[in-house]
Amino acid sequence: MAIEVRIPTILRTYTDGKKAVEGEGATIDELFKGLDARHPGIRERLVDESGELRRFVNVYLNDEDVRFLAGIATELGDGDSVTILPAVAGGMV
Amino acid sequence: MRYDSPLAAVGNTPLVRLPRLSPSDTVRIWAKLEDRNPTGSVKDRPALHMIEQAERAGRLSPGCTILEPTSGNTGISLAMAARLKGYRIVCVMPENTSEERRQLLAMWGAEIIPSPAAGGSNTAVRMAKELAAEHPDWVMLYQYGNPDNAGAHYATTGPEILADLPEITHFVAGLGTTGTLMGAGRYLREHVPGVRIVAAEPRYDDLVYGLRNLDEGFVPELYDESVLTTRFSVGSEDAVRRTRQLLAEEGIFAGVSTGAALHAALGVARRAERAGERADIVFIVADGGWKYLSTGVYTAATDEEAVAALHGELWA
Repeated sequence: MAIEVRIPTILRTYTDGKKAVEGEGATIDELFKGLDARHPGIRERLVDESGELRRFVNVYLNDEDVRFLAGIATELGDGDSVTILPAVAGGMV
Repeated sequence: MRYDSPLAAVGNTPLVRLPRLSPSDTVRIWAKLEDRNPTGSVKDRPALHMIEQAERAGRLSPGCTILEPTSGNTGISLAMAARLKGYRIVCVMPENTSEERRQLLAMWGAEIIPSPAAGGSNTAVRMAKELAAEHPDWVMLYQYGNPDNAGAHYATTGPEILADLPEITHFVAGLGTTGTLMGAGRYLREHVPGVRIVAAEPRYDDLVYGLRNLDEGFVPELYDESVLTTRFSVGSEDAVRRTRQLLAEEGIFAGVSTGAALHAALGVARRAERAGERADIVFIVADGGWKYLSTGVYTAATDEEAVAALHGELWA
């Protein structure tokens, strides 16, 4: 169950500067818990006390925003790609 | 078509079917050509509507100064309307935006206050809010939070699309201020049962995101998640590839953010095709390619070279 996780610049201090790491888990929640075991502290930056995604954190499964899937409980499969990004104001507006 | 003034000619843009890019006769893709507006972008709609609503409310009268955080099209639209209506306009914009954009704003008489490139639009918004506090007589229309931004699309873009294509199944647009998706999306949801509203959010490369802080992110005040069916993040590579494909296959010369919307439209088209469903998918061509010519993405020999040409630039 290898899942590629793309890490934004601001969180690469947790991943030794790596842009992408491999993770495992049947859901986004499990994936983040697994990441935290290898990169302590990273989960707290992504998920709040109630276990939901933080407001300014966007997580995409194969480019689709997981908030429109099942959020933190979104199911993952082998070969999926997960991208974490900070919420930013639109560029050319 | 005859209009009493250039400002009256905003909207009523063509909706064209894309015969080559549509997967089949039952899954069809339609482009709403917003580059046909007076200043060449979809932003003429919200800019004019925000100004006219502020005039009606008595917030704006001749001689006033308009302030807006904008790195592009909204500023250009506001500056044109401001020139014709007799307002001074000040735009706060990141210093790494293109020369074309600076000239277009200057040409309409807008004053530009640069904000640091590293902070992107988030910082431009913050600086504009600070300036508004320092200059209480200036009028910030504030496209990210002004209900009249979405209201323009509720009143015009949505009804135009429905009138031209009552059988619409999907509406796809780029996500910036969220005004287009919120306004046209709400209108279509009220009138077309089951219509799907799909956002294409630009995903820039690392250089652009570099220093963004996870704790100081930004979600436009207009954004209401419940209007959307889903939201895709589209990277520069896909956006550039689709922009070039739209030009090569359908002859439409569009800006790079349109490539991102087309990418999402083709994605939902593929899903519909696979599921054996009929689909009429409308996506927004937000502007033409003119302002992005200096990036070289249209003339690069290959998609790879075109993507490399865009490296580190804001493109939507």
